[in-house]
Amino acid sequence: MESFGFLLEGFATAATPVNLLLALLGVIIGTAVGVLPGIGPAMTVALLLPITYSLEPTGAMIMLAGIFYGGMYGGSTTSILLNTPGESSSVVTAIEGNMMAKGGRAAQALATAAIGSFVAGTIGTLLLAFTAPYVTRFAISLGAPEYFAVMLLAFIAVTAVLGSSRLRGVISLTMGLAIGLIGIDAVSGQARLTFGISQLGDGIDIVIVAVGIFAVGEALWVAAHLRRKAADVIKVGRPFMGKEDFKRSWKPWLRGTAYGFPFGAVPAGGAEIPTFLSYITEKRLTKHPEEFGKGAIEGVAGPEAANNASAAGTMVPMLSLGLPTNATAAVMLAALTSYGIQPGPLLLVRDGDLVWALIASLFIGNTLLVLLNLPLAPVWAKLLRTPRPYLYAGILFFASMGAYAVNGQPFDLILLLALGLLGFVMRRFGLPVLPLIVAVILGPRIELQGRRALQLSSGDWRGLFGSTNVTTGEFELSPIAITVYVIIVLILAWPLIFKAIRRILPAKAAAVVEAVSDEPALAVAEHHYVETSEAELSAVRPPSDKRPEIADSDLAGPEQE
Amino acid sequence: MSESVAAAGASVPAARPERPSRVPDFVLCAGLALAGLVVLVDALQLSNNRTGTDPLGPRPVPLLVGSLLIILAVFLAVSVARGHVGEQEAGEDVDLHHKSDLKTVLLLVGVFAANIVLIDILGWVISGGLLFYGCAIVLGSRHFIRDLVIAAALALGTFYGFAIGLGVALPAGILQGIL
Repeated sequence: MESFGFLLEGFATAATPVNLLLALLGVIIGTAVGVLPGIGPAMTVALLLPITYSLEPTGAMIMLAGIFYGGMYGGSTTSILLNTPGESSSVVTAIEGNMMAKGGRAAQALATAAIGSFVAGTIGTLLLAFTAPYVTRFAISLGAPEYFAVMLLAFIAVTAVLGSSRLRGVISLTMGLAIGLIGIDAVSGQARLTFGISQLGDGIDIVIVAVGIFAVGEALWVAAHLRRKAADVIKVGRPFMGKEDFKRSWKPWLRGTAYGFPFGAVPAGGAEIPTFLSYITEKRLTKHPEEFGKGAIEGVAGPEAANNASAAGTMVPMLSLGLPTNATAAVMLAALTSYGIQPGPLLLVRDGDLVWALIASLFIGNTLLVLLNLPLAPVWAKLLRTPRPYLYAGILFFASMGAYAVNGQPFDLILLLALGLLGFVMRRFGLPVLPLIVAVILGPRIELQGRRALQLSSGDWRGLFGSTNVTTGEFELSPIAITVYVIIVLILAWPLIFKAIRRILPAKAAAVVEAVSDEPALAVAEHHYVETSEAELSAVRPPSDKRPEIADSDLAGPEQE
Repeated sequence: MSESVAAAGASVPAARPERPSRVPDFVLCAGLALAGLVVLVDALQLSNNRTGTDPLGPRPVPLLVGSLLIILAVFLAVSVARGHVGEQEAGEDVDLHHKSDLKTVLLLVGVFAANIVLIDILGWVISGGLLFYGCAIVLGSRHFIRDLVIAAALALGTFYGFAIGLGVALPAGILQGIL
C-alpha cells in the first residue's frame, strides 16, 4: 500500500493552482489539436512538445499528461463524427460510433465514449499506480543480460505482433536502428555515420525524428493525395445519455477496461487487440444483437474504454522499464529525455516525485476532460471543418517551429525535412512507422546493454544469457533472460505453430481457429459469431489489411443511399 | 482501405485502382541496399579497438545493421517480384484513387527549404509566416488575402506567445528590436 502515500504526495504536487492551470491548458489544447482530422494522439503530443520546453520538468509532465488524454479524446470524437479514424486503435470505435452518429445518436455516442474513457482511464491509472512500484522492483533486479532480452522482446513485439507485414515491420525497425547509430559512440567515443557533420555528433534528437516521421511525413503524404471534397461531418448537439444508454454502457465500460489494461501493460501490447476483443465480446453478450452494425451503443462503450485503459496500461512498461510499446508512449519517452530525465528502471527511484506527480495529473486530466468535453463537444465538432490547406499548412508550420526550438539551429530543420520525406516514402510503401521510432529510442540502449553484458562476462557470448555467480564463481543462466528468449521464439514461430494446429486439430475446431486467426474482420462483418475460448481469442490479430472489409460490408449500405 | 475511403468520402461507387507498377517498389529495395552499404562502409572505417571494458567494440553493431539492411532489401525484392506490393497508407483526408500528386509535394518541399534558408536571416515571424502562406496556397487555398492575414496572425502569435511568453528559442531576425 506504499503507492497510496506516494500518490497522495503526487496529488499535493500536481494540485497547486499553477499546475492545475497547466493541466487544464493541456487538456484544452490537446483536445483541440487531437480532434483535427489526421492528427492522432502521438502527433498531438509531438507537435505540442515545444510548448512545454521552458517549463520545469514537473509542470511540463503535468501539461503533457493533459495533452495526452486530450489528444486521445479528440481522436475518438473524430472517428465518431467523421468515420475513418487516424489511429489504428480507434478503428473499432469508428465502426459503431459512426453508425450511431449517422442514425442521429451522435450525442449518445460521444457521451458514452467520454464517460467510458473517464471510467477506463481512472481505473487504468489506479492500476498503474499500484503496479508500477512492483514492476519497478522487478526491473531494478534485472541485470544487463535480462534487460537486453526484454528490449529485444519489445522490438519483436512491435514488429511481429502489430501490422500486416512482418517483413515491412522488420525493415522499418532496421532503418530505425541505423538512424539510432548516428552520433558518437558512448563507449568508444568514435563517431559513427556522422559524415564529418559536427551537429550529428550528439545523434538526431528523438523529438525531431518523431515530429519528422509523424507530422511532416503525414502532411506531405496527405498533400499528395488530398481529397478534392472534404468528408462529411455530422452535426452534433450537447452529448447526453439517457437511463437506458447508461444501463447498456456500464458493463461494456468495465469489460473493456479489463481487456485494455493488461494488453497495454505487457511489452507486446497495443490497443488494437483489446479494442477488437471488446467489440466481439459486446456483440456476443448484447441483448440487442440486431443493432450491431447499425450503431449499437455497446460497440462504442466497450472498445473506447479498452482503448483508454490500454493507454494507461502502456504507462507501466514506459515508466518502470523505459520501454515504449505504442507511438504515444514513444513520444512521451522522447519528451522525458528532452527534459534531461533518463527513462529506465531507476526512473521511479531517482525521479519518484515527478512520476507520482505525473500519475496524479493523469487522474486530474481525465476528470477535467469529462467535465469539459460534455459541454464543449459542439465546439470541437466545428474544428473538424477546418479547411484542409490551413490544417496541413499549420502542421508544417508548428512542426518547423518545434524542431527549430529543440536546439535553435536551422540544421535541425534540414533533418526534419529529410525525415519527413522518409515518412512520406514509408507511407507510400506501407512500411509501419512505429517500429522505426521504437528502434531509434531503444537501439542505442540495447547496444549499450548488450556490450555491458559482454563486458561483465569478459567477452564470452554466454554473457547475453546469464552471468557469473559472484560467490561460487560459476556461470549461471538467467531464468528471466531464458524465459524472455522462449517468448520471443514463440512469437516468431507463431505462423508455423498456427499451421501445425490446423493440421492436427479436427476439421471443425481448425475452422474456428482459422476464422478467428485469419479473418476476424470478416467474422464480425458477416454477423456470424464463432464460439471460441479466451485462449483462442488471444490469438486474434486484427490485421490492418482486413479493415476495408469491416468498413465495406458494415457501412456501405446507408452511406451510398 | 481504398474502398472504405471511397465509401466514406464521396458517393461514387468503390472502384479498384489499376494494378500499380512495381518499379517504385524495386527502387525502394535499391535504396535500402544502398543505405545498408553506407552503414557498412562507415563501420569498416572505424578503428575497432576492443578493450577489457568494451570487448565488443563500436564496430559489430553497425556491421550487423548494415548487413541486415542489405539482406532485407533482397527479401523485399523477392517479395515484390512475387506480387506483394506494399499497401499505401489511408487516412481521413487521403484519396488513393488518384496517383500521387508529386508536384504538390515538391512545391511544399521548396517552401519548407526556403524557410530553412531564411529563418535565421529574416526571423521566425517573416520566415514562418511565409512558410504557412506558401503551404496553404500550394495546398489549394485561393483566398490570398485571408491566407495572408492568418499567416501573419499565426507567426506573430507564436512568436509573442512562445518566444517571448514561454522562452522558446525562436529567432527575431531582421525584426530584432521592432518586435
